[in-house]
Amino acid sequence: MTKAISVAGLHKSFGRTHALDGLDLAVEEGEVHGFLGPNGAGKSTTIRILLGLLRADRGAAVLLGGDPWRDAVTLHRRLAYVPGDVTLWRNLSGGEAIDLLGRLRGGLDEARRRQLLERFELDPTKKGRAYSKGNRQKVALVAAFASDVDLLILDEPTSGLDPLMEEVFRECVREERDRGRTVLLSSHILGEVEALCDRVSIIRGGRTVETGSLGELRHLTRTSVTAELAGRADGLGGLPGVHDLEVRGDHVRLQVDTDKLDAVLRRLGETGVRSLTSTPPTLEELFLRHYENGPDGPDGPADPAAPAVATGALAADAEARR
Amino acid sequence: MNALTGTGTLTRLALRRDRVMIPAWVVPIALLVASTASAFGGLYDTPEERAGVAASTAGNGSLRALYGPVFDTGIGGLTAWRMMAFGSALAGLMAILLVVRHTREEEEAGRLELVGAGAVGRRAPLAAALVTGFGASLLLGLLVTLALLGQGTRGAVAFGIAFAGAGCSFAAVAAVAAQLTESARAARGISGAVLGLAFLTRAVGDAGSGTLTWLSPLGWAENIRPFADERWWVAALFAVWAAGLVTVAHALVARRDIDASLLPPRPGPAAAGRRLRTAQGLAWRLQRGSLWGWTAGFAVGGAALGGLADGAADLVRDNERLADVMRDMGGASGLVDSYLASMTGVMGMIAAIYAVQAVLRLQGEENSGRAEPVLATGVGRVRWAAGHALLAFAGSVLLMAVSGFTMGLGYGATTGDTAGQIGRLTGAGLVQLPAVWFVAAVALLLYGAAPKAARASWGVASLTLATGLYGPALRLSPWVMDLSVFTHLPKVPSADVTVAPLAVLTVLALALAALGLAALRRRDITA
Repeated sequence: MTKAISVAGLHKSFGRTHALDGLDLAVEEGEVHGFLGPNGAGKSTTIRILLGLLRADRGAAVLLGGDPWRDAVTLHRRLAYVPGDVTLWRNLSGGEAIDLLGRLRGGLDEARRRQLLERFELDPTKKGRAYSKGNRQKVALVAAFASDVDLLILDEPTSGLDPLMEEVFRECVREERDRGRTVLLSSHILGEVEALCDRVSIIRGGRTVETGSLGELRHLTRTSVTAELAGRADGLGGLPGVHDLEVRGDHVRLQVDTDKLDAVLRRLGETGVRSLTSTPPTLEELFLRHYENGPDGPDGPADPAAPAVATGALAADAEARR
Repeated sequence: MNALTGTGTLTRLALRRDRVMIPAWVVPIALLVASTASAFGGLYDTPEERAGVAASTAGNGSLRALYGPVFDTGIGGLTAWRMMAFGSALAGLMAILLVVRHTREEEEAGRLELVGAGAVGRRAPLAAALVTGFGASLLLGLLVTLALLGQGTRGAVAFGIAFAGAGCSFAAVAAVAAQLTESARAARGISGAVLGLAFLTRAVGDAGSGTLTWLSPLGWAENIRPFADERWWVAALFAVWAAGLVTVAHALVARRDIDASLLPPRPGPAAAGRRLRTAQGLAWRLQRGSLWGWTAGFAVGGAALGGLADGAADLVRDNERLADVMRDMGGASGLVDSYLASMTGVMGMIAAIYAVQAVLRLQGEENSGRAEPVLATGVGRVRWAAGHALLAFAGSVLLMAVSGFTMGLGYGATTGDTAGQIGRLTGAGLVQLPAVWFVAAVALLLYGAAPKAARASWGVASLTLATGLYGPALRLSPWVMDLSVFTHLPKVPSADVTVAPLAVLTVLALALAALGLAALRRRDITA
């Protein structure tokens, strides 16, 4: 597979602040790639460099086979961008802004525009100043999804959308992938990342700390289980992959590596289960581990307070690249 | 909690935010009044000369329309005559901008919602904005009084009250306008229209019998008659007017929801028109309203200045020093032509201010984050910037052509040779363009190469205007005058057109603009 985006060792400073400190990013053609990191990690800076708005101090960036700085205009005809904080022209209506942005990219699909306006329930006749944050984002999303482009760069595009609209957004991203388009999705919403992304890169302090397919990353996560049992459960602590076990009478609370869930459930079943809550595996834990470390803290999964987590090939991969 | 809880805190917030803006308004206005008084002391130092001014004004309706009547021929009285109409209008403009900034603009930006959720009464934000607007007006009045104390205490106090009263009157107008529309821009537009109407009513009244003058707050300001047997009771008119409008504004704010307005917002088109398809189309769409406004202003200004030409020459004719000043400004051929040349130059300097704001629209677009999505499409930076720069350059051609045309129309109506004057003065207007372009190009260069310093181009444009307007009267040394690019233009129509300076300035302007665009290509776009 060819790469839609390939970035290696990117550095960018603003005065004394090092926004990017050797960032790597590889996005395959046709995939939806999640781009995650805490605030200030350098996501937007990376995206702005990819858009040719900022010039990198050092490092290589290739976008759709071109140089994002030198070939900006040609490349931009093949991509659509949705900023995280959409500001619109106060006296242009939403419909005008959609058409303008689409036309400046080289035209947009009228039928799809109409359909998207309906699906996002967006009134295109309101003036820019009258839209709420969510509706401004919808304007930028409709303009992006209605454009005929190879690559979509979405910078936290759903932070103002309600759950219904979030669902519409997810459908649209899936449709884009089905058409073979590449999507770079910067997001804080883990459910969204889990639902949409084929692969994920997590960055912190301007560096990539984790990258891999969702399956690989899910492997690193745990399911939490809360159960009320018919009797005392013995030997749970001895099972492989069980963490943070708490037993209070008949009540049990524990975390288990997702691939070891089966054995735990069998043991609980042997005791007899009165009630059971199992929180499905999320990436949250993994993200939190990366998010919570201070900017100068250790990279990767070296947090000593956390129980040993299988780091696998991924972390080794990241390690090697550093 | 009553409806005014939090007014004190919000007022302190407003004053903290305006700690530069309020002094930047009131100090220059007060200095302008002080320097006018001292300049008049030098220019008309005999009673005969001052009586001549009064006689010219009494005999010339267009002069009275512009400045109002002369009520007293002392230095103080003449200063009041010259400064009252424009100074009180400036005070009104300041108050309008302040009040809208702290009411509808806050509301539109969503900041009022944040503030309103605190322990803040429903009417407190409006009350705080009014306290700020009134306070700035009173401060202006106080400074003006101090500046004129040398001319007599009673007159100085009356002068201060006139300015403060005009400011407070229009602060109250803005408070009502801010309740009427959803957008701060429209609120400023409505208030500005009321201010313009007040100026016009006063002008028509003063040119005629004086009855209409009493319908305008700006007319009351002049009718307090500082230094001319002051009529203190006129100040009560300001109080009644302001109190009435403030009551209306408070009644309106108590009856409406946050973000709502009395005039419903108008929806826009659901799809973009054919012209909105390029960066140039967008620049046109964003700037056309402003350009039409400036064009209207230049048309009116040109006509008024042209119509005044004969009267102005009368004012100057009997005063050797004033005639010298006029010749310094406008060349030596004849007084009327000197006047026309100097006024054409002033229009050019004002056009330079238009050009700077048209160029700096780029910075507004960049800083607000609106440039980013556009530059992430197939539009290159140079094409994007050139779209706005073209409006600065071509827009100033339009402004100078229009003001030259109407100046010719206005002057031609008094001489009978309309067609000839239109041709001559339109040409004179166009001669200013290389200097206008040069200032615009400086703004473009600063924006491209040093965006943080781009606002300094406002300084360049205003200092150019200030040197042009006051340099000759203040007898500034030639090297200071040479710093203004307009000094290097031929003083048409009083002098002949010389091609060399025009060509040099045009080439320089193009070179600076090209440098600015080249620098823009190299730097980071920030949001």
